[in-house]
Amino acid sequence: MRAYKIIVLAKQVPDTRNVGKDAMKADGTINRAALPAIFNPEDLNALEQALKIKDMFPESTITIFTMGPGRAAEIVREGLFRGADNGVLLTDRAFAGSDTLATSYAISQALKNIKDIDIIVAGRQAIDGDTAQVGPQVAEKLKMTPVTYVESIEKIDNNEIYLKRRLEHGVETVKCPFPLLITVNGTADPCRARNAKLIMKFKYARIPSELKNADEKLVDIVKSHPYLQINEWMVKDIEANPEDLGLSGSPTKVKAVENVVLQAKESKTIPATDNGIEDLVKELISNHTIG
Amino acid sequence: MNNVFVYCEIEDGQVVDVSQELLTKGRGLANTLGCKLEAIAIGSQLNGIEKQIFPYGVDTLYVADDKRLRYYTTLPHSAIVEKLFSEHKPQIALLGASSVGRDLGPRISSALHSGLTADCTSLIIGDHTDVRTKKEYKNLLYQIRPAFGGNIIATIVNPECRPQMATVREGVMKKEILDPNYKGEIVNLNVSDYVKDEDFVVEIISREMEKSKVNLKGARIIVAGGYGMGSKENFQILYKLADVLGGEVGASRAATDAGFIENERQIGQTGVTVRPNLYIACGISGQIQHRAGMSDSAQIISINTDPDAPMNSIADYVINGDVMEVVPKLIQYYKKNTK
Repeated sequence: MRAYKIIVLAKQVPDTRNVGKDAMKADGTINRAALPAIFNPEDLNALEQALKIKDMFPESTITIFTMGPGRAAEIVREGLFRGADNGVLLTDRAFAGSDTLATSYAISQALKNIKDIDIIVAGRQAIDGDTAQVGPQVAEKLKMTPVTYVESIEKIDNNEIYLKRRLEHGVETVKCPFPLLITVNGTADPCRARNAKLIMKFKYARIPSELKNADEKLVDIVKSHPYLQINEWMVKDIEANPEDLGLSGSPTKVKAVENVVLQAKESKTIPATDNGIEDLVKELISNHTIG
Repeated sequence: MNNVFVYCEIEDGQVVDVSQELLTKGRGLANTLGCKLEAIAIGSQLNGIEKQIFPYGVDTLYVADDKRLRYYTTLPHSAIVEKLFSEHKPQIALLGASSVGRDLGPRISSALHSGLTADCTSLIIGDHTDVRTKKEYKNLLYQIRPAFGGNIIATIVNPECRPQMATVREGVMKKEILDPNYKGEIVNLNVSDYVKDEDFVVEIISREMEKSKVNLKGARIIVAGGYGMGSKENFQILYKLADVLGGEVGASRAATDAGFIENERQIGQTGVTVRPNLYIACGISGQIQHRAGMSDSAQIISINTDPDAPMNSIADYVINGDVMEVVPKLIQYYKKNTK
């Protein structure tokens, strides 16, 4: 039976959906430390689609691939707990300040280390930027056929994959030969939960950097179990032109960031009482706003 | 050369709204820059399509007409735009932030190594000095958008790479016919010069498009719910209010993300932009990304238990109270006073 080599692109993101009052500093900049870091939601939908391929073709392998600071190794572990086979963290200070183009360049150069990829599965977009650009850009750089907004994999037949896409005004089913890159929508099936056995198996999985200050016992466990060794790649491990990375590789520059000052309107406060609300309704009817 | 380009998305022979809006924006930018406005139309049976495009003040329209291009697929459509941009070197390229534009834009940006900013809410021309090199740039495109979940507003520039590319959601810009008799030039592209047979590798098996059942853009009254509604069930009361007032129901992103209501009702930077006569915000805190899509409403009522909700500061009427208690009263007294 056919086995597919699957890469899942995942990102650790600040949970911008739950921004509390302490998330903004007094000077209007973001207090990143106050935001919990989470697995980007649509990347979990992507992982589920990869797991479904593996369900159909059990000999397939899933590599969970992420780029970010050292703590993003958590994303790889989370992927392993849910069924990925191995993982890579691409991390280097040289990536700081990357826009989507510099990010997709770094990711695509790193993915060239992995031969014969059949399918790359990514979430449609990350909630910290909402750009939906990195997936299509990685596909362009690797010369892989892109299929965006995938909601489900209908079937895999004769080395062709049938995909249902969710568009603004409807759905489309397309067929595409391997290899390809798909981006997965939030409307796709949610990711299956962590598996207790896999948590036991992978709870000590670490990147080399995490072992630097770890106790000897943990170091020994990881050393004696190759599957616990999460790949940690830096710029020196990939073939990349330094000029195309980070800030210098980013065509877009942030010129200004503002915390928006609300121009307060003169508003009327309406008491939430029967009288207050009836008066408001009468006012809106009399000035023809409603009715 | 170095003009402003707009990618015109076509559906059933019609240039879609967002493309018309961008043509108007593009004309304005071209006037500021003293350059031409050019447009691209890709599809099948496009005879006469220029009649929909020239009136916005388009000087040159490039048409790629081939039956295989009828529906958008990434590789053939992007191959045409890539090559056309390589030949004509636009300084600015605008695309709708639609399913099509958000698929096409990143591909072009990667192939041409040019910057792309998604979901802009404002586009203006201005100068820029690089903080490190002190190099000065004249007449760049300021691409302005809420960022970081809508908690900040960022101005992005692309100093060195061309074209400067931006996508914009439908409804953010206003469309306006410049001159119904505006004279532009049509350039018919020889499609086989632009697209290879291999580009048609993705085959569309079926396609079911439905006209959206929700018409938020055209609604005079919008009753919108946020995360503060708490549940899908609680949204039912908003449908009742919208029903008696003759309005539509909208939602903030937090509410659609939480699954309280379908995505197509999302109002804001990453959803629909609306300008109704009356906007009733129910349990919506009012982050920038939401306000970007509704702050032009003629009148705003904010119902919220939090007296410090940002929405309250842009509202005309603030009701500090629980939506589940206030909204039934609005329904009750509206019925009583309109009998």
